[in-house]
Amino acid sequence: MLKLEHISYGVEERPNILDDVNLEIDQPFVAITGPNGSGKSTLVKVIAGIIKPTSGRIYYDGKDITDLSITERANLGISYAFQKPVSFKGLRVIDLLTLAAGKGTTLTEACDYLSEVGLCARDYINRELNDSLSGGEMKRIEIAMILARSTGLSLFDEPEAGIDLWSFQNLIQVFEKMNAQTEGNILIISHQERILNIANNIIMMQDGKVVRQGTPEEVMPHILNTGCTKIMDKLAQ
Amino acid sequence: MDAIQKRLLKEVADLDSLPVGAYNIRADGESAGRRSTENIEIVSQKGRPGIEIHVKDGTVNESMHIPVIMEQSGLKDLVYNDFYIGENCDVTIVAGCGIHNCGGENSQHDGIHTFYIGKNSKVKYYEKHFGEGDGRAKQIMNPTTVVHLEENADFEMETAQIGGIDDTIRETTGDLKDGATLIVKEKILTTGDQVAKTHFSVDLDGEHCSTNVISRSVARDQSRQEFVSRINGNTECYGHTECDAIIMDDAHVTASPELAANCVEASLIHEAAIGKIAGEQLIKLMTLGLTEQEAEAQIINGFLK
Repeated sequence: MLKLEHISYGVEERPNILDDVNLEIDQPFVAITGPNGSGKSTLVKVIAGIIKPTSGRIYYDGKDITDLSITERANLGISYAFQKPVSFKGLRVIDLLTLAAGKGTTLTEACDYLSEVGLCARDYINRELNDSLSGGEMKRIEIAMILARSTGLSLFDEPEAGIDLWSFQNLIQVFEKMNAQTEGNILIISHQERILNIANNIIMMQDGKVVRQGTPEEVMPHILNTGCTKIMDKLAQ
Repeated sequence: MDAIQKRLLKEVADLDSLPVGAYNIRADGESAGRRSTENIEIVSQKGRPGIEIHVKDGTVNESMHIPVIMEQSGLKDLVYNDFYIGENCDVTIVAGCGIHNCGGENSQHDGIHTFYIGKNSKVKYYEKHFGEGDGRAKQIMNPTTVVHLEENADFEMETAQIGGIDDTIRETTGDLKDGATLIVKEKILTTGDQVAKTHFSVDLDGEHCSTNVISRSVARDQSRQEFVSRINGNTECYGHTECDAIIMDDAHVTASPELAANCVEASLIHEAAIGKIAGEQLIKLMTLGLTEQEAEAQIINGFLK
């Protein structure tokens, strides 16, 4: 279980990027949503250890991880899928999957992770993770790395961002399957209704704060209303 | 051959024992073994140190190894190796030089390799340069590679200098006739106070000939690297040169791609990028459980693989 107590983070120009966030995440599949700039990505980076909070504590399975490094958190069982996957000149898909899955991973296992995300393993396993791969392909490989790690907590930052509609359909299936099969917790930032609808719990953020948390049935009407309200507001201007 | 020489041989040519096919092993400035085959004849140069390699027309799927190893401190070895590859061949050449210098004097090897590649022939050429020593004196290596490609000939060169060479000036030149292809892939790692200069110059003379010169390098500590790549497009041709360098610590890297289009149909591209390891690359690997040092090593090893 993940617990955040009074997490705040800011910089000089924006002192309240995260503003006293308190959360407990223990359901299998939790989605974070909210407008751009609401602090979603920052929150997930704080959990992964990429950003140090200005104040507050983070607990993972009862252990205070606030002062642990990215590596230490990764080894405790926290995985993080980047919104914009990183390219590496020279490192191949198999290299990254092996690093993710740990020593002793077989080629067959590595290929299975690619198949899980809808990529033909034979075509990708030896490819460099460089700019020759499309955004959708990079996203799927990024997700395959998280599958390969199979950790207690998997963080996804907008996995649907930057991918085409065709890839998106497959992506939804990947998350539906993960949701059905995973034993750990998934925390996913998303704006997509289909992803939000399969979540056990939705956290809605705005201006660095958690403004609502609950089941899709409880939260979705507010999200839809908020969206419509904003559009109407803009049309009226 | 002693244990050090055997280890050097393994390092530069991946040889545990005498290779299959033709070979010439040069140790401390002298021949330490040679074998010609029916299709590949190796003879000594006349009037200067080195060898001539003559490959008969139509020789396919054959290889030759010509490593050089040195452990005598203070030796300055200059060698000329000329390769005459016939027409319609498909051969692999493994060269390379290893220096072990545990004396107080500089050891130096200057290898000048000239290739004459016949029509429609395909050559893969691998060379690896490696040095080690106790730090009292330098290991110096200055490889020169000259490639003359006849019509539709294809030459692919992979060259690597992965450590222990204190000073190097690497010169590679090529001239291509119609339909010929020259591909050069270079990998360099410099550390400490090492200096590596690498100069390429390619003349694209024949119609529809092409070249691709790719250099990947890592400069650490206070080391210095210089990369100059010039492509002269003299007809309808395609040329691409790319220098990609990771700079670390207090190292210094300059990259100077030069393109000269002397024909309106010449299509020439250059790319050069120098920068430190991207922070996001380190973070990505750390989220997979690697420490920062392990992540850095993975990135560098992958980059130079």
